[in-house]
Amino acid sequence: MANLADYLPQVRRDIVRMVHDVQSGHPGGSMGTVEFFTALFHKIMDINPENFKINSTGEDVFLLSNGHITPVYYSTLARRGYFPISELSSFRRLGSRLQGHPSVHDGLPGIRIASGSLGQGLSVALGVAQGKKINNDKHLVYTLHGDGELQEGQIWEAVLYAGAKKVDNLIATVDYNNAQIDGKVDDVLSLGNLRAKFEAFNWHVIDIKEGNNLDAVIAGLEEAKNQTGKQKPVAVLLHTKMGYGVDFMQGDYHWHGKPFNDVQRDQALAQLKETLGDY
Amino acid sequence: MTKYTYSDKKDTRSGFGDAITELGNQNEKVVCLTADVTGSVKMGTFAKQHPERFFNVGIQEANMIGMAAGFSLEGKIPFASTFAEFISGRVYDQIRQSVAYSEKNVKICASHSGLTVGEDGATHQALEDIGLMKMLPNMVVINPCDYNQTKAATLAIAQYEGPVYLRFGRPKVPNFTPDNQVFEIGKGIQLNEGNDVSIFATGHLVWEAIQATEKLESEGIHVDLINLHTIKPLDANMVIDSAKKTGAVVSCEEHNRLGGMGESISGLLAQNQPTPQEFVAVNDVFGESGTGEELMHKHGLDAEGIYKAVKRVLAKK
Repeated sequence: MANLADYLPQVRRDIVRMVHDVQSGHPGGSMGTVEFFTALFHKIMDINPENFKINSTGEDVFLLSNGHITPVYYSTLARRGYFPISELSSFRRLGSRLQGHPSVHDGLPGIRIASGSLGQGLSVALGVAQGKKINNDKHLVYTLHGDGELQEGQIWEAVLYAGAKKVDNLIATVDYNNAQIDGKVDDVLSLGNLRAKFEAFNWHVIDIKEGNNLDAVIAGLEEAKNQTGKQKPVAVLLHTKMGYGVDFMQGDYHWHGKPFNDVQRDQALAQLKETLGDY
Repeated sequence: MTKYTYSDKKDTRSGFGDAITELGNQNEKVVCLTADVTGSVKMGTFAKQHPERFFNVGIQEANMIGMAAGFSLEGKIPFASTFAEFISGRVYDQIRQSVAYSEKNVKICASHSGLTVGEDGATHQALEDIGLMKMLPNMVVINPCDYNQTKAATLAIAQYEGPVYLRFGRPKVPNFTPDNQVFEIGKGIQLNEGNDVSIFATGHLVWEAIQATEKLESEGIHVDLINLHTIKPLDANMVIDSAKKTGAVVSCEEHNRLGGMGESISGLLAQNQPTPQEFVAVNDVFGESGTGEELMHKHGLDAEGIYKAVKRVLAKK
């Protein structure tokens, strides 16, 4: 059993190498959410990677709504045992199960819904969450959204519904990095007071101020779990830095969807220790 | 020819609603979703009998489609329903990504389709939905012709695993198909056999095609009349065999000519059995206010229009 902290540089190495290898993909948001994915998949959720089924009854469910951050998602799934780590080398290549954005078509274990066109994951999560209530399944539903993604109208349909209907077995996390393709979220279309907005829609809101500190993320998600079952959905505002872990990427929105050249790859990998073996 | 009769006129949406009521009692997996039009889509009885499995999401069609996809992950069979325009064009991307590409067992049930919505006008008259839906891989597209057939189709799609677009309407139309019919997805129904011309009709146009066929037969023109209730997958063998036999085709649908069932037929025949064809359909314009009957007549979507189309296509043979 690996030390949880060992996953952090290793998953980041995977992200850098996958995106560099195929010269496409989205490294920025992926690097910024490694702590979240590691905490969620290795610590927080009750899941069954060895016996993955599309039907989600009987376990916790995670749905990635900002589907472009597949590098961190696929690396985490592989290293959690959903599919062979060696398969990461096929990312975005013809015939691969590791599509640019998540797909169920080729049966990649761990994926239950396609995403990529933004704003849809929270609605899907509402269906799963209410299905679990009908099934008397006490497991929880988790989602991740980009903060830019919250500009989509469908998100606010789902936020309104979840609060009004008291869907309290749902934990929606926002990657609150203030970065989207064209710049800072505050500059493109500000979300204003996001906490106040969620609260106005009858959500319980938790800030994880240090979204790139594994212990803080675990503590925040544990707190989120404790807040479920109390007549309110739970929103987690996960304060991260885009590109965290590599000095020249950190906080720079240009890394949303940009691949590394050879020099950048080498510089990035030099900052990330190979702890669990590269794919 | 076989004489088709009916004892009453009923709306196809009520066939849907009555089947939903039956399904609610038969199958615990069935959940229903609607967007503030419970009564209009005839889900009221289900809602009363199974409140724990009924979800009125409010006026949130996009959220409704996503939720339906989510319910399927928990082993449910979600039936989501509102007016055809609002559950096709308005939510096309949600259906494309969360349902069709995600291969989810969601039943998209589109009421108030076509011109026969009538007085509400063009905003509410879905004439593009067959095209939108048939272009999505994995999607089954069904447009039954009367109350009994809509009821049978609704029961059938509950048994089918995968995404389905079921299209029906508001007006009361002759209920002439058997009440005990077994609905076979993808299997056309031969209503009359003849060697002179093939008429392929779907939805509300099937009854009109029967009326046209009676008149043509009385004039000695023998019609191969087929009810194509399933537009995708198209009953390719039946269409090709009929066209081979008659050498002339008329397609009839309450939909835009562009993207409709007629184009599916002509595409199939162009590759396999090139055949002259006339299209009884709306000719690439939006609808407008009026009674359903007036609008159908204006666009030639009635027995008279079908009769004329047959005369045109016969002249091309």
